[in-house]
Amino acid sequence: MPINKKIRELQEKREKVLLGGGEQAIEKQKAMGKRTARERIMALLDENSFNEYDLFVEHDARDFDMDKKSLPSDGVIIGSGTIYGAPVAIFAQDFTVAGGSLGLMHSRKITKIMDHALKMRMPLIGINDSGGARIQEGVNSLAGYGEIFFRNTISSGVIPQLSVILGPCAGGAVYSPALTDFVFVVDNISKMFITGPEVIKTVLGEEISMEDLGGARVHSEITGNAHFFALSEEECFEQIKKLITFIPWNNSQKARNFEPGEPKPEYNINKIVPEDPTLPYDVKDVIRAVVDNSDFFEIMELYAKNIVIGFGRMGGRTTGFVANQPLEMAGVLDVDSSDKAARFIRYCDAFNIPIITLVDLPGYLPGVDQEHAGVIRHGAKVLYAYSEATVPKLTVILRKAYGGGYIAMSSRHLRADFVFAWPSAEIAVMGPEGAANIIFRKEIMTAADPDGMRKQKVDEYKTKFANPYVAASRGYVDAVIVPSETRKFLMHSIEVSENKDVTMPYKKHGLPPF
Amino acid sequence: MNKSKKLGFLNIDTSLYQTRISNKFQNRKPYEPADPRIILSFIPGIVLDIMIKPGQLVSKGEDLMILDAMKMQNKLKCIMNGKVKSIAVKKGDKVSKGTVLLELE
Repeated sequence: MPINKKIRELQEKREKVLLGGGEQAIEKQKAMGKRTARERIMALLDENSFNEYDLFVEHDARDFDMDKKSLPSDGVIIGSGTIYGAPVAIFAQDFTVAGGSLGLMHSRKITKIMDHALKMRMPLIGINDSGGARIQEGVNSLAGYGEIFFRNTISSGVIPQLSVILGPCAGGAVYSPALTDFVFVVDNISKMFITGPEVIKTVLGEEISMEDLGGARVHSEITGNAHFFALSEEECFEQIKKLITFIPWNNSQKARNFEPGEPKPEYNINKIVPEDPTLPYDVKDVIRAVVDNSDFFEIMELYAKNIVIGFGRMGGRTTGFVANQPLEMAGVLDVDSSDKAARFIRYCDAFNIPIITLVDLPGYLPGVDQEHAGVIRHGAKVLYAYSEATVPKLTVILRKAYGGGYIAMSSRHLRADFVFAWPSAEIAVMGPEGAANIIFRKEIMTAADPDGMRKQKVDEYKTKFANPYVAASRGYVDAVIVPSETRKFLMHSIEVSENKDVTMPYKKHGLPPF
Repeated sequence: MNKSKKLGFLNIDTSLYQTRISNKFQNRKPYEPADPRIILSFIPGIVLDIMIKPGQLVSKGEDLMILDAMKMQNKLKCIMNGKVKSIAVKKGDKVSKGTVLLELE
């Protein structure tokens, strides 16, 4: 056979497989508002950067007449490419082929690219769109999932792992995304649950739609399983690309530096925080007033809004931000916000990203529901995460830092490298009202005018203790700074922390409270 | 500042903070101490059998019902000596977690 003919033969074979589940299945996919697996990869990666592997892999199932069926590429596409020049390994399940169901060879393609990503120390992106286990392949299908979960765990903290849910992801399959660093969901397209509406109806007689059970909004607002919410696949891909610019390729590198830029003048840092500690403001405005170009990339925007997390750049360097949000639930720490912050702190620590913490919180949320939901155990995650983190840790106390909240929010005592406080800072064991009521209880109760006496004692406490100077006199605060000096102090601190090196005692691993 | 959601007040250590109140906090159930005389389903399932009748005297350890859940037939045993005041379910009922099954007195 002449070589030309052989090349033609290859091209014909390719063309056949590239059609996936065929035109009809593709039409169905489009009718659901979804792109095909290959279109998704092309939309996400730099132009012409995708190299596909295992195009000709086929399943070898024999039971239930499976030997008579051909499933192109076994329902999943794998390969590698680049995003803004950063290398990424990628797999995308193809719903047009047997509903993207996971059989043995399908799983082997996924684990092949996972092994590749780990070996080459590059980020892994998984696009999930699958009906679940391929029932005809029985325990082989379960084995496939297990092999994926194992690799997710082993790669955790070594290479960034991103999961994109662009279709159903149900049953055991949900545990791969749950083990990865960031989960992206799209409104009306993503569906994640352990047991679906059918099972719930059979067992309980309760009717619920897929969307209300495990849609994108549910996982972004209620469960906290998703980190990025988008209204369309396009918006979702933009979020992924942006995230890739903020994170390093693996845990032995730092994120790429970008050209620094000044914050926008519309964020006037002197005018954001009201003096009265009971009045709200949007702490994201403070972040925007200090980061390069006022560009703050928020993570888990819709979940536990009382704490804000995300990335920005300081002088071109990627920096993680953790900030109490007085606008939402007065910025308290509670079960959900502790969980959200702790995981992000550990992410930054794993991938060499300095952490800036902005503090303004009245303490922990009181309530039976919080205590019974385990706020002790969940709250401890924040202490654990900050204490074990060895990346540069910078803290700015904007206003309130009361009680346990003061300790938890990257205090000196948990080894913050630099602690700054604004003149408006109130660093105290509790708020002036509560403290005065306890300390001056007798005086207040026996006074001729208890309310007048209470007010007098609260004012007395405020003047004496509700300030940054008591903590500064002990060296717990390194510098009391004017708000407009914040960016300068933070940039300098990050610069001098570039070669921070601390050694922790040897251990196999710690035991964080989860 | 996004003013789409109204501000409320949250009391922390006797200070009132002006802030947005989350749906989760707003919709939380006030705490009620558990009443040992009210027997609730501890798992979602189907009432497979009821061994007692209203008014019947029951003793600690006696079988009250069988709740079929997660492919297991769970025998619900009486935790005290008493009398069956009322039964809130019938054979074949599907119950969710926390549904009242019967009341003792």
